[in-house]
Amino acid sequence: MDAALLVQLILLLPLAGAVFNGILPLFLPALRTREPLIGAVATAVVAIPFVLVLILFLGYEPGQPVIVDFFPWIVAGDLEVHFAYRIDELSLVMGLIVTGVGALIHLYAVGYMHGDSGFWRFFAYLNLFIFAMLNLVLGDNMVVLFLGWEGVGVCSYLLIGFWYTNLKNSAAANKAFIVNRIGDFAFLVAMFLLFRELGGLDFTTITEGGGAIPEATLNWIVLLLFIGATGKSAQIPLFVWLPDAMAGPTPVSALIHAATMVTSGLYLLARLSPVVLAAPDIMVVIAVVAALTAIMAASIAIAQNDIKKVLAYSTVSQLGYMFMAAGVGAFFVAIFHVMTHAFFKACLFLGSGSVIHAMHHVEHEVEHKTGKHIDPQDMRTMGGLKKYMPATSRTYFIAMLAIAGIPPLAGFFSKDEILFKAFEYGYDGHAYAWFVWIVGLLTAVLTAFYMARSYYLTFEGEERWPLADQVHPHESPWTMTVPLWVLAGLSVVGGFLGLPGVIAHGEWNLIHHWLGEPYGGPVAEPVLAPHGEGFLAIEWGLILLGAGIAFAGWLFARAKYRTDGLAYDAHLRAKLGGLYRAWEGKYYWDELYDRLVVRPLMRFSERGLAAFDRYVVDGAVNGVAALTAGISRGLRYMQTGIVQNYALAIVFGALLVISLILFA
Amino acid sequence: MDLTNIYASLPADLVATFSMVLVALVALALVVWDAFRNNAPGIPWAGVVALGVAIVWELFALGDAPGTAWYGMVRTGGFAAFVNIVVLIGALLSIILSVPYLREIRHAHGEVYAIILFATVGMMLLGTANNLVAVFVGLETMSISLYILTGLVREDEGATESALKYFLLGAFSTGFFLYGIALLYGATGTMDLARMSEGLAAGENLVMFWAGVGLLLVGFLFKVSAAPFHMWTPDVYQGAPTTLTAYMSTATKAATFASLILVLYAALPPERWTMVLAVIAVLTMVVGNVLAIAQQNVKRMLAYSSIAHAGYVLVGLAAGTPAGYAGALFYLLVYSIMNIGAFGVMALLEWDGKEGQTQTLNSLAGIGPRKPLLGATMVVFMFALVGFPPLGGFWGKVAVFAPAVEAGLTWLVIVGVLASAVSAYYYLRVLYVFWMRSPEDEPEAAAVQDRVFAVPVTSAAVLIVCVVLLLYFGVRPGGILETTASFFAGPGASMALLP
Amino acid sequence: MLTDFVPLFLMMALALGLALSLLKLHQLLGPKRPNLIKTAAYESGMDPIGTARERYSVKFYLVAMIFIVFDVEVVFLYPWAVSFRDFLAADAGLGVMMVVSFFILVLGIGLLYDIKKGGLEFE
Repeated sequence: MDAALLVQLILLLPLAGAVFNGILPLFLPALRTREPLIGAVATAVVAIPFVLVLILFLGYEPGQPVIVDFFPWIVAGDLEVHFAYRIDELSLVMGLIVTGVGALIHLYAVGYMHGDSGFWRFFAYLNLFIFAMLNLVLGDNMVVLFLGWEGVGVCSYLLIGFWYTNLKNSAAANKAFIVNRIGDFAFLVAMFLLFRELGGLDFTTITEGGGAIPEATLNWIVLLLFIGATGKSAQIPLFVWLPDAMAGPTPVSALIHAATMVTSGLYLLARLSPVVLAAPDIMVVIAVVAALTAIMAASIAIAQNDIKKVLAYSTVSQLGYMFMAAGVGAFFVAIFHVMTHAFFKACLFLGSGSVIHAMHHVEHEVEHKTGKHIDPQDMRTMGGLKKYMPATSRTYFIAMLAIAGIPPLAGFFSKDEILFKAFEYGYDGHAYAWFVWIVGLLTAVLTAFYMARSYYLTFEGEERWPLADQVHPHESPWTMTVPLWVLAGLSVVGGFLGLPGVIAHGEWNLIHHWLGEPYGGPVAEPVLAPHGEGFLAIEWGLILLGAGIAFAGWLFARAKYRTDGLAYDAHLRAKLGGLYRAWEGKYYWDELYDRLVVRPLMRFSERGLAAFDRYVVDGAVNGVAALTAGISRGLRYMQTGIVQNYALAIVFGALLVISLILFA
Repeated sequence: MDLTNIYASLPADLVATFSMVLVALVALALVVWDAFRNNAPGIPWAGVVALGVAIVWELFALGDAPGTAWYGMVRTGGFAAFVNIVVLIGALLSIILSVPYLREIRHAHGEVYAIILFATVGMMLLGTANNLVAVFVGLETMSISLYILTGLVREDEGATESALKYFLLGAFSTGFFLYGIALLYGATGTMDLARMSEGLAAGENLVMFWAGVGLLLVGFLFKVSAAPFHMWTPDVYQGAPTTLTAYMSTATKAATFASLILVLYAALPPERWTMVLAVIAVLTMVVGNVLAIAQQNVKRMLAYSSIAHAGYVLVGLAAGTPAGYAGALFYLLVYSIMNIGAFGVMALLEWDGKEGQTQTLNSLAGIGPRKPLLGATMVVFMFALVGFPPLGGFWGKVAVFAPAVEAGLTWLVIVGVLASAVSAYYYLRVLYVFWMRSPEDEPEAAAVQDRVFAVPVTSAAVLIVCVVLLLYFGVRPGGILETTASFFAGPGASMALLP
Repeated sequence: MLTDFVPLFLMMALALGLALSLLKLHQLLGPKRPNLIKTAAYESGMDPIGTARERYSVKFYLVAMIFIVFDVEVVFLYPWAVSFRDFLAADAGLGVMMVVSFFILVLGIGLLYDIKKGGLEFE
């Protein structure tokens, strides 16, 4: 089959699914409750594109990107943008992740969303999301990418606020959307600047001509792109939406807020890697912000009790890792971590969803029997679930080890490669990379610790919910456990795609050979000075160090949390004092933004500008009332009342205009 | 003065401005018709037919070379045709939406349609005027008609108030405008836009000239409701009947901006007014978007939103380049469609019996699932207004922002893009209330539960046409942008517009 | 160019100054012996009764407006009539006749509308 047809099918099938699930039931209410039909269609329109991407992948000639140009979107003057899609190493990897993990999560959601009155809506949004995400990763120019970029933002908004009857959820959805729009503004301005400098927006033009842009402008462009990425990929200062986004159904958290959408910022930087590399000053910014984000989120995660919040902060932290890699020029490693992270984090989220599913059942029973209310997401009322949920606990355990970086699971290889690249970059003479490396090591310990904590609090120890001897949770149905096992399996083997340089001199680092520029791939990397003789030993040392701290973090948490986790939490709180409270309070970012941005803006709109507005309106109403009562009095009102204010504004405006013209 | 052959060009002029003449004659005919058959049901449809014929006529004129008619008073050719099409489409869609709406609010007077046509003639004259006198005549024909339309519901205090306010302030700004014309005439010795720059070169009255330009700008900026000349807008848009607000907020802006483009492009050297327009654009975008956040009434919110959109167009003008003007024209077309759509939906959802003046957004909670057509089309309009790809609004924003960046006004574009980021909040809040709230959450919405909103086929058709157009502009904007750019292309830049 | 207007400005200043100073002089020099009749509002010899701010019927304004329209029309027609011979001499008589007829026709339609809608009926 030719590429154009395949790409068309890959893109249009999810869109067709969204239309089928979203528009038809709107006008045919009978369709809304046909869950098997809707679930099957929704899953199929993602699974089939996965197969098609796989076909493209297998038939792909390395180093020869295929550009499928459907039609010119806009040709006006200098501006020429095509509806064109790009099949190359990078987009294929991303496409496989999106459709593969996406299909598994769709299958899982069929079980998870069973019985929800918005079942059809949910799958319509989810299909639409896949469509937008594919536009994002397959697009051949900034505009198609932006189409996807905005599209995933909308779908994320819709899905976070999916259970909209709860006001908190819709607030979270709004927050996510607005924060993302702030990132989008930077993206748009970067796009305009790129267009001004290069006269084109397709990736070939940008990656080839990007280096020739004057340095000052280039720095701005890359910085703006990074700001755009911080919005989508939840970095300081725009990460605040992601933890709140957990208000959405758990499959959404797994798909959008862990595996795919949040990594699009990384994809953007990797896609434009030659341009980013040409702005070394901004790379420092990226790396430092990423390192701070990673350790900040990791420390917050230690103090969270909501199982999804732990995973959310973990995601922010892991995204920080990926940006660290980008900040030291190791874009292919970032993509490698995107991939492994997609496996184990999706598995963790789906596992937590399975737990929440089971705890919902417990919650209902408990409420029925005692009238007491428990939070099904609170780890403090879990514990000992291993006995009841063997599949969930095992897969969660595997994924937990993977994210902790225990060899030879997937997370070990990707995380170790990031740390190694940071070390190597510092070794090459870039001092800031040392900082990144050290923060990375610290974060690695914390990661192993808090992830193990979440596992032991949830699955081991005693059963802490009320009436634990009478009420028992159940394992989830097969549609939910099968995806868990598949993802756990991938978390085990996924790392072997990127074996470190000490093995066969990096010849077996498949992901590097696939993506890296030296091997004909699209992802550029910096040229480093050749290392000395002893470097191999250092490399082995770093690998042992990485494995060692992962084990240390895990085993320490195991010792403390396996039997009685809550006691150790209390101990920590007592011992760390203010620091722990800062973690619990999430370093007060939300409060800061509320004080600095939200409230002043609202006050400005409501009291400052609108007060005048309202005063003026009230005055006007009175004015007319008087006018009908008596002409003379009315006229006086009109003259001393509000119209005068308006006219005064016009006079001031006229003065402004004229003085600007004459004197500016 | 040689009067021989003074009427020789009459037939050619009539052909060149056929659409304007047609609309004017039909408007007169409608007055007579209404005089003899009070509120005859055929009146609006006769207007629709006239507007339709005029649109088709202008479509064929899109490729024409620029020229003038009526002794250099009126411009003809592609630019004029494009402006006329935008104005005519605005009038056409608004009339179709108005027919059931005005019947609903019991003000289905036949004269309304005649007045809309008169206003349309004024706008066509304004948008294509080549002479400051013609600009003024067009502006006043349009404005006086609009004052009447605003106060249509004369037993309602809010409507009377907004009409009076509009009239008083409109007259006030007209004073500035006239004074500007007088100063420009004094400085250059001509009213003809094309000869103005020559006149300036000959004369030395630079201060007088630029002061005149400033006053002229004030008049224009008032009509497009740019800040700080915007204050009448929310009151007037809120008080006027909703479908007529749709007309006022779109066609008026299109015609006035077109005229402003002509004046700036053909008559004025750009070095001085770039900064003014940039500053006004910033003010307008910030005031419009920030104030829209606090609004509870949807019409008022849309009024502030239309102020903000005037700001975006001004960004394109501030660029001062042909690409910027072309982008502004494109933006006006897209904006007209999406705004008429949004007001059209609101007109169909009115339950308070006071033209939506007292209706809060919250009272429409959960209307989306119950009225899927209105809800779904509103989704498209709101996303288009936000500027989401792949809808027309996105390309509109690109078309005005990109030239500004190229002209070195990056700071202005940053403000613009940030402002439009803010706008997402209030546009999406509409969708949020429409789709994600249920009437049970909102005590106000209970009143709406009893009301049945019948959606007439014609109105539904208009909304669907708007949606289709917005999708088309989003997916294939190239042709239209190319067309608008061609008006400013060719050798000698500004001379291309001259006869 | 602005200097051309100097005599005009002088003239205006002079006129304004003369008027104001005369008023002031009269106030300063004139004897003041007010009584009831003198201070009463002048109503052409009638006794001033009731408020001066009475409402008029809206019909009054309608008639006034229609009067104004045709009054202004005549102002337009005078120069036309004066130069009509020139148009005739240039063989453009038919054209100019048509244009003016159209002008009057438009006004006529307005009047027709007014009459049909009852704008001139007084009850």
